[in-house]
Amino acid sequence: MGKQHKDQSKHKLSRRDVLKGLVAVPFLGALGWGVIRQKFHYQNLNRNLLENVNVHFPAGIPGLVPGKKIRIGIVGFGSRGNYLAKALGFAHPDAVDQWKELAAKDDAWKAHYNNFMDQDDLNAEITAVCDVFDVHAQRGIETAANIHRNGRGGNMGKVPVRYRTYKELVAAPDVDAVIVATPDHWHVPVALEAARKGKHIYCEKPLSWTVPETYAIRERVKDKGIVFQLGHQNRQTDSHHAARSLISQNVLGKISLIEVCTNRNDPKGAWVYDIHPEAGPHNIDWEQFIGPAPWHAFSLERFFRWRCWWDYSTGLSGDLFTHEYDAVNQILELGIPHSAIASGGIYYYKDGRTVPDVLNMAFEYPERDLTLLYSATLSSDNDRGKTIMGHDAYMKLGNTLVVDVDPRSTRYRENIEKGVIEPGKPVLTYVPGQDQVDAVTSATEQYFAGRGLLYTYRGGKQVDATHLHLKEWLNCIRRDDGCRPSCNIDMAFEEAMTAHMGTIAYHENRKVFWDKDNERIV
Amino acid sequence: MTYTKGQAFWLVLLRIGIGWHFLYEGASKMLDPSWTSKPYLIDSQGFMSCFFEWLAAHDDILLIVDMLNEWGLSLIGLSLILGLFSRLAAVAGALLLFLYYLSHPAWPGLDYVYPQDGNFLIIDKIIVEMLALMVVYVFPTSHIAGLARILPVKN
Repeated sequence: MGKQHKDQSKHKLSRRDVLKGLVAVPFLGALGWGVIRQKFHYQNLNRNLLENVNVHFPAGIPGLVPGKKIRIGIVGFGSRGNYLAKALGFAHPDAVDQWKELAAKDDAWKAHYNNFMDQDDLNAEITAVCDVFDVHAQRGIETAANIHRNGRGGNMGKVPVRYRTYKELVAAPDVDAVIVATPDHWHVPVALEAARKGKHIYCEKPLSWTVPETYAIRERVKDKGIVFQLGHQNRQTDSHHAARSLISQNVLGKISLIEVCTNRNDPKGAWVYDIHPEAGPHNIDWEQFIGPAPWHAFSLERFFRWRCWWDYSTGLSGDLFTHEYDAVNQILELGIPHSAIASGGIYYYKDGRTVPDVLNMAFEYPERDLTLLYSATLSSDNDRGKTIMGHDAYMKLGNTLVVDVDPRSTRYRENIEKGVIEPGKPVLTYVPGQDQVDAVTSATEQYFAGRGLLYTYRGGKQVDATHLHLKEWLNCIRRDDGCRPSCNIDMAFEEAMTAHMGTIAYHENRKVFWDKDNERIV
Repeated sequence: MTYTKGQAFWLVLLRIGIGWHFLYEGASKMLDPSWTSKPYLIDSQGFMSCFFEWLAAHDDILLIVDMLNEWGLSLIGLSLILGLFSRLAAVAGALLLFLYYLSHPAWPGLDYVYPQDGNFLIIDKIIVEMLALMVVYVFPTSHIAGLARILPVKN
């Protein structure tokens, strides 16, 4: 070879040498032509499918409205109270230490820990804590004092006051706003008292435990002009904003059926929570826990697993259907249905609970010509997601969003016949973090989107939806110009009434109607 | 090294064919602004999976991995088609393919989320292409048909 190489440099190149030397030219030409054709083909597909469709996305993470530090009191410091405190920027020092330890070994925990440490400061402090269980209250105090997100032995801030009753907490002069994270039967009594004192409210879902109190809280919140946010953090989910935007542009055609589901299959998912080993009558204020509920002798099971009994819970309808309902209401503005039917039973968890573990409900919206169907089981993990079915296309919605064209669509018939659209292949896919909707999604993305391996992002950054939801509430409080958060009291009223209609239909085994003019369930 | 006409023809075609595949893989990644190797890396299995998942978990490292893939595939492909530095390209290509194999080994008992076109046991198409590149390496052809024939360089 070396000899030949030398020969080449000595002799003048022949025509044959040049031709063979440039063997790549036709291949590169063909490849270049192919690449351009391919690119043009995809662009063309995108253009044809997305013609006149503009998808709206939330523009990154909203900024913090400047103003004074907001002083928050938290009523109920159980698992949800802890989560909300974390979304506000407060975690117990032991939890911080534990995350740090796990982060050293596991990348998923490292991301979790870093996300918390990098989470924006919301310019809020927790000045008051109330919980009927001493252990939870103490943990709440230590969590709230951890203003620098430190571990054990780190620098702590001012210790908040623990109040024995919610009435004392909401009356405290250093409380501007109240977070209600109690069991369901206490949501409205605490919120009513807070509103009476003019305190702003972030209330966990569902809004109410009974129908009458739903009217009472709506009236009081409106009278007092406080800022109210219901804890449906789905309002901040990117894919829901994209779905709303697509549906408003009639991408799906006439929608006739919406199916939403709950599927869980483990004891904790079925509300069989752990019983704290130190808990007993000596450190639980049982009488206060019972409150408006029917009297029952002290029971650790009822205290920690309260969601299993109607005495304190709103069952599947109030606890889990409301998540689905609020997401659909956010996307389609359905409001309260015309009627509801329900059926189900306690089919798997024969543990003495009174709320069903299988529930199916159908809500009719004759004015919109559609049905909202809910189907739930706590003993199967077959995740069915949400499906919005239109004449021209159907949308599957989770953290990701996929639109499939219906083979019998009228709107897309021409494109189906031309072969531009292939029914059965998604025409639109939205993957969080991508901030664009793509008609031609790669096999890779489809596989991963469908399997939930991609995270929820906002503007490329992984964010906790609950954190954003609290931020929206705090921003409204600071703005002080009558601004209303996305899950305001009217949305909350619709959520609670719809859930109550389903529950009443289940209890009374009949079709239940909403009298729109008189705003009454009949 | 001298070849018969038939040997030279098929060896040149093998070199260009593999080059074509590499260049298109690289170009299509460059042309898709949302492409990233992240999901592929997350899907890794086998004894090296920790390493590939670690790559995927760090955004700054991932950026380098993505760029190396895009440019590596394209340049190796271009070099093989052009017949310029194609022995170096063959080794680099084989190495890159071996890394892909390590991230997704076709060993019994491993399942991938990624779609696979065919049935493989230990030897898969990545390994076959890697072996073919080693053939390209030991049977160089750029001096027969390629830029190395007309430029004063070693092939």
